[in-house]
Amino acid sequence: MADVLVLVEHVDGVVGKPTLELLTLATRIGSPVAIVVGDGTGLAEKLGEYGATAVLSADDDALTSSVVAPVVSLIESLVASRSPAAVLIASTTEGKEIAGRLAVRLDAGVLTDAVDVALDGDTVVVEQSVFGGSTVVHAKATRGVPIVTVRPNSVTPVASPAAADVSAVTFPAADGRHAVVESRSATAAGGRPGLSEASVVVAGGRGVGTAEKFALIEELADALSAAVGASRAATDAGWYPHAAQVGQTGVTVAPQLYIACGISGAIQHRAGMQTSKTIVAINKDAEAPIFELADFGVVGDLHVVVPQLIAEIAKRKS
Amino acid sequence: MSALRIVVCVKQVPDTWSEKRLDPLDQTLDRAAADGVIDELDTYAVEEALRIEEANEGSTVVVLTMGPAGAADTVRKALSMGADEAVHVVDDALHGSDALATSLVLAKAIERTGFDLVVLGSESTDARMGVVPAMLAERLGVPQATLASKVEVDASTSPATVKIHRQTDVGQVVVSAQLPAVISVLEKINEPRYPSFKGIMAAKTKPTATWALTDLDIDASSVGLAASATVVVDAVARPPRGEHTIIKDEGDGGSRIADFLVSRKLL
Ligand SMILES: Cc1cc2nc3c(=O)[nH]c(=O)nc-3n(C[C@H](O)[C@H](O)[C@H](O)COP(=O)(O)OP(=O)(O)OC[C@H]3O[C@@H](n4cnc5c(N)ncnc54)[C@H](O)[C@@H]3O)c2cc1C
Ligand SMILES: Nc1ncnc2c1ncn2[C@@H]1O[C@H](COP(=O)(O)O)[C@@H](O)[C@H]1O
Repeated sequence: MADVLVLVEHVDGVVGKPTLELLTLATRIGSPVAIVVGDGTGLAEKLGEYGATAVLSADDDALTSSVVAPVVSLIESLVASRSPAAVLIASTTEGKEIAGRLAVRLDAGVLTDAVDVALDGDTVVVEQSVFGGSTVVHAKATRGVPIVTVRPNSVTPVASPAAADVSAVTFPAADGRHAVVESRSATAAGGRPGLSEASVVVAGGRGVGTAEKFALIEELADALSAAVGASRAATDAGWYPHAAQVGQTGVTVAPQLYIACGISGAIQHRAGMQTSKTIVAINKDAEAPIFELADFGVVGDLHVVVPQLIAEIAKRKS
Repeated sequence: MSALRIVVCVKQVPDTWSEKRLDPLDQTLDRAAADGVIDELDTYAVEEALRIEEANEGSTVVVLTMGPAGAADTVRKALSMGADEAVHVVDDALHGSDALATSLVLAKAIERTGFDLVVLGSESTDARMGVVPAMLAERLGVPQATLASKVEVDASTSPATVKIHRQTDVGQVVVSAQLPAVISVLEKINEPRYPSFKGIMAAKTKPTATWALTDLDIDASSVGLAASATVVVDAVARPPRGEHTIIKDEGDGGSRIADFLVSRKLL
């Protein structure tokens, strides 16, 4: 079985959930080989548990001191030495940049935002959800190794234990001029999961009313270990940071559960959330278009319904 | 202080309010089915380019687009905001180009027109790939300072430098690079200006070059649908969502949601 290269995401020694999802998909189409930027030793157990047959550890500060290009060189050299069936990368903004540059280097097809990956004979076929989720497309690369970025939450990680040997890999120095990273600031996520990879997202819109009232949305989010999202009306009003905006010009999310509070469901908002597995809406207007998408909707005042929901969650958890 | 030549890449996209669909014949975006407008995200790139120009006397902003003849409207919009000149790459052979081909064409056009800085939107609202800026940096062989929520150019040094706040899913980094370089900007980095009446009038007489593939020494066989490195196998409209329940809050709305979450094993 051919190798499938998986670029690992890890923070503070913990493998990110999107990486476990990539490994799960990779086991379906070949033999997963994990690429770790940094020291892979401590991650090998977890990576092996989800199917990695090898962990290639590239521990060199040069990989993270300039923007994207050195990681592209690393993967390029591994593609050359291992002739994989595919390269899988998480569909984050940076993941897509890596995929794009790699595609230029290798003159290979790049498929972004895949939600599924399968083999048709020897060909890797990906499923993508386009136009804000209104159309489902199957696509494949017609030349080169398929470079696929996979949207977080597309599959449930499945353990598939393999013995993952760790080996150190070297890579060619990225030649040319690159943008240099001068400093980093950790995310002020406050313990909440990242918006694009969260399993549950609680989002607030204009109906929330004020910046202060967003505390209610955060409280519900924390009760469900969810990330907080917002509509553009809410971010434009300055009630919540722009980075939390869900939609066509914001983040695209596809969590297991999306709870929309005081959001009308404009086409541009739906474009960023309508592939969520389950959608719950709370809106006082029975005609709000968000109800067309909702699996479960409550026509009512969110300032009444949400506090009750928070209390009920606490009750049922205890 | 040196004058900079700033190329800003703008894309024409279907109007966001119109339904998008794939052309049943060749599975490309049916651009005729929707009105084309300048990608709203690219207006932030135009605005940022204009601000850099204004801060560095003698600089020039060149608008670059690749797209069908109708994309001339998009070019004019950017010119009316204040850009100085435009390059529009039009060629029938470009239909169905993927990101690899688009970046090839844009890179050749940028090289031909000359540049110190290339400014792009971070992602197009129709393709949503977010790959073209990185691909351009790769093709041009210049630093990639992308996903900027803040941009500072210092043209007092030689070479000039750019420093950005790069915002990714995992956090923020400060990145610096020497020019020439490629930058991409995030939504809300600035407040794009509205074209003034004077700007709209002036746009009509600003120099606009229209280039075909032969002007860029690109072989027609290396772009367009046939050269695409990916192909759509099939496309279907997503089936409508299954059953749904909408209730009116009778004082138990929150509790009913909790019941629903339990029934779906989400709680
Ligand atoms: C080019 C373009 C790009 C865009 N990109 C995005 C994007 O990425 N993301 C995005 O979200 N939008 C985007 N928009 C904006 C979009 O069109 C809508 O304007 C926006 O989504 C509306 O946000 P909202 O639903 O919070 O506000 P509204 O449409 O004003 O809806 C507020 C809702 O709250 C309800 N409500 C009010 N009070 C209460 C209460 N007490 N309890 C319960 N319900 C209440 C109301 O009934 C109403 O339905 C974009 C627009 C354009 C033109
Ligand atoms: N056909 C095009 N003409 C000009 N610029 C483009 C074109 N396609 C993409 N771009 C630029 O590349 C950015 C990212 O696009 P994309 O990678 O397609 O999401 C856009 O915001 C534009 O600035």
